[in-house]
Amino acid sequence: MTQEPRPPMPETSPLILERVAIFQGSHPLVAVDARIAPGEVLTLMGPSGVGKSTLLAQVAGFLSPAFSATGRIRLGDDDLTRRPPERRRLGLLFQDPLLFPHLSVGGNLAFGMRPGGGRRERRRLVGEALADIGLAGFAGRDPATLSGGQRARVALMRVLLAEPRAMLLDEPFSKLDAALRDEMRRLVFARIRDRGLPTLMVTHDREDAEAADGRIIELGN
Amino acid sequence: MPVFRPGIRLIPRLTVLLLILPVTAGLGGVLAPAFGWLPALGGQAWTLAPWQALWQAPGLADMLRLSLLTGLVSTLVALAIVMLFLGAFLETPLFRLVRRLLSPLLAVPHAAAAIALAFLLAPSGWASRLASPRPSGWTRPPDYLFPGDPDGLALIAGLVLKEVPFLLLMSLAALPQCRAHERLMVARALGYGRVNAFAKAVLPGLYPLIRLPVYAVIAFATSTVEVAIILGPSTPPSLAVAVVRWLNDPDLALRFQASAGALLQLGVTALALLLWWGGECLVRRLLAGWLEGGGRHRGETLGRLLGGGLTGLTIVLLGASLGGLALWSLAAYWPFPAAWPSPMTLATWREAADTALGPLGHTASIGLGSTLLSVVLVIGCLEAETLRRRPLRPGAQLILYLPLLVPPVAFLYGLVQLQAQLGLAAGWTAVTLGHSLFVLPYVFLSLAESYRRLDPRWGQIAAALGASRAGIFWRVRLPMLTAPIAVAAAVGFAVSVGQYLPTLLLGAGRLATLTTEAVSLASGGDRRLTAVYALGQLALPALGFLLAIGLPRFLFRHRRQLLT
Repeated sequence: MTQEPRPPMPETSPLILERVAIFQGSHPLVAVDARIAPGEVLTLMGPSGVGKSTLLAQVAGFLSPAFSATGRIRLGDDDLTRRPPERRRLGLLFQDPLLFPHLSVGGNLAFGMRPGGGRRERRRLVGEALADIGLAGFAGRDPATLSGGQRARVALMRVLLAEPRAMLLDEPFSKLDAALRDEMRRLVFARIRDRGLPTLMVTHDREDAEAADGRIIELGN
Repeated sequence: MPVFRPGIRLIPRLTVLLLILPVTAGLGGVLAPAFGWLPALGGQAWTLAPWQALWQAPGLADMLRLSLLTGLVSTLVALAIVMLFLGAFLETPLFRLVRRLLSPLLAVPHAAAAIALAFLLAPSGWASRLASPRPSGWTRPPDYLFPGDPDGLALIAGLVLKEVPFLLLMSLAALPQCRAHERLMVARALGYGRVNAFAKAVLPGLYPLIRLPVYAVIAFATSTVEVAIILGPSTPPSLAVAVVRWLNDPDLALRFQASAGALLQLGVTALALLLWWGGECLVRRLLAGWLEGGGRHRGETLGRLLGGGLTGLTIVLLGASLGGLALWSLAAYWPFPAAWPSPMTLATWREAADTALGPLGHTASIGLGSTLLSVVLVIGCLEAETLRRRPLRPGAQLILYLPLLVPPVAFLYGLVQLQAQLGLAAGWTAVTLGHSLFVLPYVFLSLAESYRRLDPRWGQIAAALGASRAGIFWRVRLPMLTAPIAVAAAVGFAVSVGQYLPTLLLGAGRLATLTTEAVSLASGGDRRLTAVYALGQLALPALGFLLAIGLPRFLFRHRRQLLT
């Protein structure tokens, strides 16, 4: 058990939702059939309660037992449908940054990083990652002392350091105030394109969808 | 006319007084005799003689070692089982099942659990009968020492069995507070296996919230009397048992030595807490790098196996112990290798019915009295919080835990001294007040969350409709909280039923309850009668919980929203 299993990492595999449908009991809630190309952002839009976050939870592997699902979730040829969430290697960004309060800012980033490398090497990588999001020198800070925008950036970087193969965004900008929202949108989508990550975003904000500049699926009619 | 608000405001002070005063006065009450001052027994000079006598007591070093080790090891094992279980199964269907199995076991009094375990694992216990004559090949009870092995393994097992449900319930209450669900999800989404995600992302937030309950477990385990009498070795016993023996010795001169022993017990418990705290610091240091090292799956399988296996073992042991207890109470004749007693009879129950009625009445009346007092005071404290719109200060929370952190042996005997000097009669009132010291903290712990969570807007609506403060309390808040109050009362009642030492000491040994009878029967030879008393001791709290859950359902059968 000492070897970290590393599934092959074809950076450019598309994320495929093959006739994925969510049910509450026997009542069908939402169904999506889509292929998201590397670097593409697919937006699911709809009012709250139509099950868009539930669908995202199913893709991430966190579907609550109150629901059931059919269909398959694939990353290229890699079938993720029955795999536990920790083995899917999908980057999940929530409404809240959810930085761990028991770790420093640098510790939160190190938590996301793949294991290996000496302590000094890891520290250097954390420093680089922080500089990359304009927070150089913040490694020792308590996350509680950060502003909302800073926290959001650290949360994004923590996910990226885990080297995900695709991204899932659950209303990631809804809790930021308007001025920050634009800046954060630009940052997130630029990083996603740089890395060629297929991305599924759930939102009820049309501006998010426009900023994503990709296909939009409207749910709930 | 507005007496309600000032009245409520007095209650927190009264409660704090009720908790602090007996503990400090009790400690003071052993301090003087420990240094030779006890005029009633002719001690009129300050001297170190009691300490010298204590130092020379045979086996003192063993007693100290036993108290310290059994206390620390049992706490460590119980905590490890609960954490491994949470790590391996949090938010799985199995988790809900185990939670339902373990929660009612919290109501089992310590003495009953200890007796049941002793009857299960003793050489002639149910476990070895089930394994004999095949596959073990035993035709006579095998030769090993249980309970009462000199290393205290039986004692540790008994303590672990009882502390696992307690620590689990305390953790369950703390999990939402530290946003365990979100922490776990973030870590798993970052690729951490269940056990690793729990250990690295949830545990560092959870532990600080259950630290006080853990300390209470250490304090109890290092100073327990009833569990150690039943499961611990007898020569030498653990320190707390020795102190009680010296207290009850016909040679009154031993009272001085007992007082010194009581203070030493305080020191042993303090040392255990200090060692634990040192361990906490060390672990935090050593694991800082591990938390951030990025390892995601190491030890995952082992953690799941241990978490599942140990929790399963705990449940099986507790279940089999209680089942065996029931068999013993029905046995007429049960020769060794037979797996079942045959014939079964109610004779022991009928026999006990004559003698147990008195103890049963005492147990119930003391339990009801101390629970009523505690529930009134706790509701008063929580209502005062609501009036001030500010929760308890951390200091006040520590005071609530005070009777759970100071070993009862250390301060109860001092209280007995004061009782004698002030000319107060030992008996029902003293015992009931003494029980309240231990009942009140548990009632508070059990009720506080629900009381604080009640939406303040209910009160605001009522006030806007013209209700007075008192009216809001009596006609809105109290009825809405009936269900949690009933459960808190059942918890308090169960705690009171399980009390051994306060009953023994404050009742001057004359007030028999099911618990005191069960403990003294356990050291005798009659397993059948002991089983009946232990089951009775267990049935009372169970009845309490049934009522606590059933009564609100009946009262509010047409008010469904109140029952969620």
